[in-house]
Amino acid sequence: MKAVVTVMLKTGVLDPQGKAIGQALHGLGFAGVGEVRAGKVIELELAETDPAKAKASAEEMARKLLANTVIESFKVEIA
Amino acid sequence: MKAAIVVFPGINRERDMAIALETCSGHKPRMVWHKETDLSGLDLVVIPGGFSYGDYLRCGAMASQSPVMGAIRAHAARGGHILGVCNGFQILTEAGLLPGALLRNAGLRFLSMDCHLRVERADTAFTGHYQTGAVFRSPMAHGDGNYFADDATLDRLEGENRVAFRYVTPSGETTAAANRNGSARNIAGIYSENLRILGLMPHPEDLVDPLMGGTDGKPLFDGLVAALAA
Repeated sequence: MKAVVTVMLKTGVLDPQGKAIGQALHGLGFAGVGEVRAGKVIELELAETDPAKAKASAEEMARKLLANTVIESFKVEIA
Repeated sequence: MKAAIVVFPGINRERDMAIALETCSGHKPRMVWHKETDLSGLDLVVIPGGFSYGDYLRCGAMASQSPVMGAIRAHAARGGHILGVCNGFQILTEAGLLPGALLRNAGLRFLSMDCHLRVERADTAFTGHYQTGAVFRSPMAHGDGNYFADDATLDRLEGENRVAFRYVTPSGETTAAANRNGSARNIAGIYSENLRILGLMPHPEDLVDPLMGGTDGKPLFDGLVAALAA
């Protein structure tokens, strides 16, 4: 079973990378682009077959390592 | 003073640190590979700068989970002194031994230049050879040195007088221009609650000999030797 963990900087934490990407998009002539925020996606191949247990386990991994909850929030989806 | 320097794969400033410690204490520090698990009998453990584990995931995230971290935590629990410089500071925050986190520099650029630091208190083992309010020059070299913590944590750090150094102008003012990486409240370094763990982004170990261009960083190590001499 696959878990997809999306890690983003928390709202309110400055994301200079997202800002730079936004400016580059404007430079390329894409109009109407508001705030841009950049994060990362981590895919986990899990042996667990129960979706609820797989999700709980991936969330534990996110809390302990994949995200730094001082600055980042995360979301786990089971695929 | 019995000192050790922890070496993770990808760390590259351990030799500068060893030179600074030997210059000031007269003894070669023990070099500890990240797979070792015994740090007993030491006064000072130093986590130097570099790019441990290639900065994978987040700066310091992998190192904070490595085998030697258990021994570092045990050293901290015994009341031992720890100095984390640059990547070492990032590792200490990732390990939860110091609060907050180091974000990408606000201007996105890697900053390799001198900065000026103001000593916020001179009564710790690290700053005994400086005066409170003294300003000294220090090299810095980092891409992720933008200190961040929520307002409550920052207020607590300031209330408990745990800010070690701030980025300032050469005359000692905390301006936005002097704060090149965008750190919250110009914070360059902080202490643990018991004042025995110091993490800072700049590299005082790189100014300890006139041949390096100055000795502004030497009082930090002289102070440690004086405070921790058996």
